[in-house]
Amino acid sequence: MSKPQDFDSKAYWSATLRLLFITLFIWFIVSFGAGILFRDVLDGIHLGGYPLGFWFAQQGSIYVFVALIFWYAWRMGKIDREHDVHED
Amino acid sequence: MDLKTLTYIVVGLSFALYIGVAIWARAGSTKEFYIAGGSVHPVVNGMATAADWMSAASFISMAGLIAFLGYGGSVYLMGWTGGYVLLAVLLAPYLRKFGKFTVPEFIGDRYYSNAARIVAVICLIFISFTYVAGQMRGVGIVFSRFLEVDITTGLLVGMGLVFFYAVLGGMKGITYTQVAQYCVLIFAYTIPAVFISLQLTGNPLPQLGLGSNIGDIGFLTKLDGVVTDLGFAKYTSGDKSMIDVFAITLALMAGTAGLPHVIVRFFTVPKVSDARISAGWALVFIALLYTTAPAVGAMARYNLHTTVNSALATGGDVFAPEASLEGESRPGWMKRWEATGLIAWEDKNGDGRIQYYNEKSKDEAFLAKADAAGWKGNELGSKAKDGSFDGKVDRDIMVLANPEIAGLPDWVIALIAAGGIAAALSTAAGLLLVISSSISHDLLKGIFAKNISEKGELLAGRIAAAVAVVVAGYLGYNPPGFVAEVVAFAFGLACASLFPTIVMGIFNKKMNKEGAIAGMLTGLLFTMAYIVYFKGIFIEPMAKNEAANWLFGISPEGIGVVGALLNVSVAYIVGKFTAPCPDHIQHLVEDIRYPRGAGTAQAH
Repeated sequence: MSKPQDFDSKAYWSATLRLLFITLFIWFIVSFGAGILFRDVLDGIHLGGYPLGFWFAQQGSIYVFVALIFWYAWRMGKIDREHDVHED
Repeated sequence: MDLKTLTYIVVGLSFALYIGVAIWARAGSTKEFYIAGGSVHPVVNGMATAADWMSAASFISMAGLIAFLGYGGSVYLMGWTGGYVLLAVLLAPYLRKFGKFTVPEFIGDRYYSNAARIVAVICLIFISFTYVAGQMRGVGIVFSRFLEVDITTGLLVGMGLVFFYAVLGGMKGITYTQVAQYCVLIFAYTIPAVFISLQLTGNPLPQLGLGSNIGDIGFLTKLDGVVTDLGFAKYTSGDKSMIDVFAITLALMAGTAGLPHVIVRFFTVPKVSDARISAGWALVFIALLYTTAPAVGAMARYNLHTTVNSALATGGDVFAPEASLEGESRPGWMKRWEATGLIAWEDKNGDGRIQYYNEKSKDEAFLAKADAAGWKGNELGSKAKDGSFDGKVDRDIMVLANPEIAGLPDWVIALIAAGGIAAALSTAAGLLLVISSSISHDLLKGIFAKNISEKGELLAGRIAAAVAVVVAGYLGYNPPGFVAEVVAFAFGLACASLFPTIVMGIFNKKMNKEGAIAGMLTGLLFTMAYIVYFKGIFIEPMAKNEAANWLFGISPEGIGVVGALLNVSVAYIVGKFTAPCPDHIQHLVEDIRYPRGAGTAQAH
């Protein structure tokens, strides 16, 4: 199997890149944003016994990373099917 | 049954398990040897990747680092997990679609150049050997501490075991033994953490325990109070500058995504979509340990301080003479671990009691009170190589002695030994495999002996793996003085050389070989020079390693980020002024961007 005749590689690639930028934006916000740059502000808020910025740096960012990869894989799967370039 | 016998039994059983798995999963072809036949289930691959990735440093050292750095330890937590997001969206699926055996092979084909392939092999070998030396050392140390044999014997046993399953089983044997090793190490890591969290906060989940109350006050608030009472920096703040924290985190993330032994694991799954999902599973298994580690570190730090100064837990006067622990009645674990030099006590003021505090505190009022109480300097630390007293407690003790500090049963202590060995062996095996395949597949089959038969290549792979085991064992026995320093090296180099070059190869189809080679060399040499300049590997450091001297305030640990930026800039500029990338390569790049037609990896 190879790519179908009417495969619009430009549209597929721009959909892929859009998803990629959204994913990396979230990746950046939860780690570099919440855990480092805006930590001092967030530390004023508490999540249980955790200052929020500290929680993002040592716990929260990791949970979001995990969810983010599965979400990305699911959305990529949808894009693949819409453009008929999925496997099997 | 005494602790030593129990430890022998637990470690022995884990070894029997690995050997059994290795015999069951022998490699018969080069495809099985390099990429486990390309048929590993994504969840299984995720678990193997987690074991591959989590080294002796993750298992033994990281919680201790966090314990003493507090918030500053976050760079390791975010840096060593966030890289998997980069892997999933930027590298793994595309390299899987490309469908070859090794990372240098991708670089060589994409940049239509044997020179690029050789530069990639050099980067790979340097990164992997520095790493593997640390693992073998870790095996030797765990053996000598828990089983009371000397380091050489421990090393030989470890080498023998890795030799057995890496050389015989190749990637296939390694994959399935790594799955077994993951189970051993995660069990060993979380059991003590659950007990300790329960003891201190009443919450069995360490991830929640860290945010729970101790008595009627938040645990982290209490810990902040404990460490500042002793003149240390507040636990939830730390003292690294923001730009440095930022740069180190980014360098560790990109470095993780650029490590060949991690990337190559994603060549073993059947489909492109599996490669994406598998990165998610890998991070699930890694997150189990990485979200537990901050709790282990914080709680171990709390236990250590409150053991040495009883007033800290009750809120009494920490400077009262009777608050400090009497040297003679110090707990058994302290005496036992003193034999290893990881912890040491020196009675500087001769009062027979241990004062453990920050003698270099920035808090003048605290130092004045300490002075008034007759404290003559910090008395708890470790033994330096020359036998003198070093005022820093070795960070490794926070995990290794953790069950004993918390008074947990012997079988938990035995588990820690088995877990530490599992963490070191699984990473060592993965590294040895990428070293051997870069030699047999990239250098021999790809460049210098193109006519070699499949059987010959498989034999060459095995011989290369065997030689690599011996070299790694030698480096572990006779570590170059800079083993600790080269960790920064491995990540910085991966971040500045392989990672940007691979990403450009996928996302910029016009990037040509001149640009890529120039960029890779620039990133590599700049990062290497900067680290050597401050850390002085092979030579004396040329400048003191302190913030005032750093470029933009970025420490050698984080400089890979600047190296990566230089790599990309140079590649673009050189690419602009040299021959454009040929059409068939641009088609190749278009072809790896969508999943259909991946098939399993092919040798040719």
